[in-house]
Amino acid sequence: MEWLWETYATYQSTLAYIGLNGLLALSVYTTLSCGQLALGNAGFAAIGAYAATLLTMKAGAPFGVALLCGALLPALVAVPLGLPVFRIRGVFLAIATIGFGEVVRIGLVNWEYVNGAQGIVAIPQKATVGLVWLCLALALFVLSRIHGSKWGFALEAIREDEPAARTMGIDAARYKLSMLVLGAALAGLAGGLEAHFTFMVAPNGFAFGRVVDMLVFAVVGGTGAFFGPALGAAFLTLLPEVLREVSPLVGIEPGPLRLLVNGLVLLAVILFLPQGLVSLPAWLRERRARRRPA
Amino acid sequence: MRPGLLQVEQLERTFGGLRAVDAASFAVQPGAVHGLIGPNGAGKTTVINLVSGLLAPSGGEIVLEGRPIHGLPPHGIAALGVARTFQNIRLFPDLTARDNVLVGQHLRRRPSLAARMLLLRSAREEERRAGRRAAELLEQVGLAGRVAEKARHLSYGEQRRVEIARALASEPRLLLLDEPTAGMNPVEVQAVAALIRQVAEGGRSVLLVEHNVRLVMDVCHRITVLNFGRVIAEGTPAEVSRDQAVIAAYLGNPK
Repeated sequence: MEWLWETYATYQSTLAYIGLNGLLALSVYTTLSCGQLALGNAGFAAIGAYAATLLTMKAGAPFGVALLCGALLPALVAVPLGLPVFRIRGVFLAIATIGFGEVVRIGLVNWEYVNGAQGIVAIPQKATVGLVWLCLALALFVLSRIHGSKWGFALEAIREDEPAARTMGIDAARYKLSMLVLGAALAGLAGGLEAHFTFMVAPNGFAFGRVVDMLVFAVVGGTGAFFGPALGAAFLTLLPEVLREVSPLVGIEPGPLRLLVNGLVLLAVILFLPQGLVSLPAWLRERRARRRPA
Repeated sequence: MRPGLLQVEQLERTFGGLRAVDAASFAVQPGAVHGLIGPNGAGKTTVINLVSGLLAPSGGEIVLEGRPIHGLPPHGIAALGVARTFQNIRLFPDLTARDNVLVGQHLRRRPSLAARMLLLRSAREEERRAGRRAAELLEQVGLAGRVAEKARHLSYGEQRRVEIARALASEPRLLLLDEPTAGMNPVEVQAVAALIRQVAEGGRSVLLVEHNVRLVMDVCHRITVLNFGRVIAEGTPAEVSRDQAVIAAYLGNPK
């Protein structure tokens, strides 16, 4: 039992980040599920992280309340953001939402009350690995219930052919906005959890690179299934731990090696497995079927 | 204004300098199959796109049961009982035939989100009912055996029939069919003709854009003929087929 506890202590942070990154990847997936590339999630996570932190540290709110508000506030912000930005689509939507994320980050850098670029430190560590995983499980459950329901079919219809979906009575704008709100809540939840796990928040933790990470998790895992993004997040979060062991053998520092391998994984998935890791079983089955002599 | 379920009055739509629909007026009666024919580029599909709300008119009125619908979004028009198919098939290719029809039932289904989230039996029952209804509709268009097939794997004729089933799934009062038999073999065309008649007998109106003259003459109660966006003739199939302007539009003026 002793070694089990030690392993847990060593890898606690990795385990927590599997859950946090899973939540963030799912937050990007919500809008992807109706075909919208919205990338404001680093901004939503930042709002959630700061809101939850200020509530526990300045207002002395119970952690549960702080966490809930950390999810609700970005969800509220998503409404006035979504109303105008969903009038544009594709790469323009991506650029506009990235812009939103940067506005949030730069706003925080210039906000004296929260120590600007230095951020807030010594946040009480209230989030546990178990809580993070519970939140991830809850998010997966909600998404699994949407999949295959009337609303799930509406989302798929919007993704595949939006004008056709609208002629079937589907209010595409409302669905897109709802998914942005849900994604914002998930990102905010992850932000609040992260702040209370790592004791600190700083604006630069929510820079553009963060939302790129989320998108890479989703693409590598695959967006054809609701659990794909969480799978991709788990895979890419565990990868550095493996690489740490491998790096002395190949003579490359763990940091650069991680970037190299991440890039290769992304490239390999896009080239050979465009539906992501979730499509691996189907891909293997097909390959085996083709190999079998006719 | 002429009476009818659907009234189109002085409808206009321009694309740049082109008048695709030019002061077109006609009315579709309840329970009638109304043909909309004309040479290529006459503006037939544009009329369908205007009525279903995918395009906004440049002028004129579209009135459904006394209520103006021009300017409403497509989902608002669908909610008032208008469904359509597409000339260039627009099924959801990665969904099965059944799931395509389930999407078509969007306006008819009233599931409870709470029941679905809490895994209640009422949610499962509602889904089973919807699934059964989808299977029935596919059976009605002769695709009982293809329910679980992805739309992209169906033949051209089968895809067209799934589109009709998907449109019928919303139980529309007005069904807009944009060349439903394009690319079909004669046997399939006969099946679609029977289906259109059956739909009209059920009290629904059909606005049918079609190039197959035999089918149009067979199933339509009234026909409006468009040429260069204008109505050049209207009447029963027999009247229209004798009309000099129609013959000229299709075959050219006799010297």
